[in-house]
Amino acid sequence: MANEKEIRTKIKSVQNTQKITSAMEMVAASKMRKAQDRMRAARPYAEKIRNVASHIAYARSEYRHPFLKEREARHVGYIVVTSDRGLCGGLNVNLFKKTVNELNEWSDMGVGIDICAIGKKGIGFFASIGSNVVSQQSGLGDAPAAHELIGSIKIMLDAYKEGRLDRLFLVYNTFVNSMTQEPNIETLLPLHAFERDDSLDKHWDYIYEPEAASMLDQVFMRYIESLVYQGLVENIACEMSARMVAMKSATDNAGELINELQLVYNKARQASITQEISEIVGGAAAV
Amino acid sequence: MAMTTHIDVVSAESEIFSGSAIMVYAPAEMGEVGIAPRHAPMLARLKPGEVRVVAQDGEEQRIYVSGGILEVQPHVVTILADVATRAADLDEAAALEARERAEKSMHDKTDAVDYAKAQKEFAEAAAQLRSIEALRKRAKR
Repeated sequence: MANEKEIRTKIKSVQNTQKITSAMEMVAASKMRKAQDRMRAARPYAEKIRNVASHIAYARSEYRHPFLKEREARHVGYIVVTSDRGLCGGLNVNLFKKTVNELNEWSDMGVGIDICAIGKKGIGFFASIGSNVVSQQSGLGDAPAAHELIGSIKIMLDAYKEGRLDRLFLVYNTFVNSMTQEPNIETLLPLHAFERDDSLDKHWDYIYEPEAASMLDQVFMRYIESLVYQGLVENIACEMSARMVAMKSATDNAGELINELQLVYNKARQASITQEISEIVGGAAAV
Repeated sequence: MAMTTHIDVVSAESEIFSGSAIMVYAPAEMGEVGIAPRHAPMLARLKPGEVRVVAQDGEEQRIYVSGGILEVQPHVVTILADVATRAADLDEAAALEARERAEKSMHDKTDAVDYAKAQKEFAEAAAQLRSIEALRKRAKR
């Protein structure tokens, strides 16, 4: 049986760990609420720009934007949104599993792959499996600003415009509820949702200021940016809730461990007392 | 009752204004535009400046935008602002400082890219200052 002092130090150290994990749980819970608010705050813009983009698709514009044209897939791009920090359960791992499955399918078909990694975990992972990471962005914090993303997204969009990419996907975790997060892969380009429907009898077009080409370009760029920003904000909410759950179970486990150790400690203490008494009694009998 | 149009001002991070108006003025790239209800559909790029929304009771709301997109449908006006904050919230000192910094780099640098960037910063700072001055005048009255 382990001696009392050893067990006492062990209990102490588990208690300290428990304090840390329960503090992290509370921090994650409060951050999760803020992240959810941010998620909600970003929604109006996403809805409005979606409306504008679909209006454009219905307008009888002379100009046909490259984002609306479908091409045969020879080279695909993935924008992968991950967290900067760990200790959030299987959040990133599940996301990578799903992504890698798809990447393997593409490479089996002989399709080239470019990755845009957002978040430190993604950068590390794709570097370790030797993917072609063309752009990366990390350290955005808990309250990312939309303009910080522009650079890394632009690289992918430019590649698409120049024909170096034929598809563009966005990978992030969707927030189902605070217990469930699901990795999700979304097609960004080509913009399927806005395929022009020529059967519709709508003979109108916008007055463009300045000309249509650059205006549409800007609207679609902003639309993609807003989708990625939404994905990022949602992923942060997922990260926080996943961390909250992970830390909660860590705290619970620490509690169980402490109970078990306490039992062992009590037994050890009792055994030593019994031993002492029997020694005294034995000594008295000898005298 | 005068005819009104619905106006939404949103930025990527939050919703800024939503309501009805009898007139909306916006700083389009090729000059300020005024949008009355039932305006023809229009899509315009905005430059840094202030959007003025005239409500039915004549009350004017000023919203600073540093660029964005204006979409006009007959009864809905949508402004997708790049960064938009209430004009009253703007920090005058920061705007002044930004203008000084921009002016300084405009003189110092000859690089075309830097010059364009500085010019943009200058336009933004100047627009912020203008809207602060306008607000101040209104406050005095």
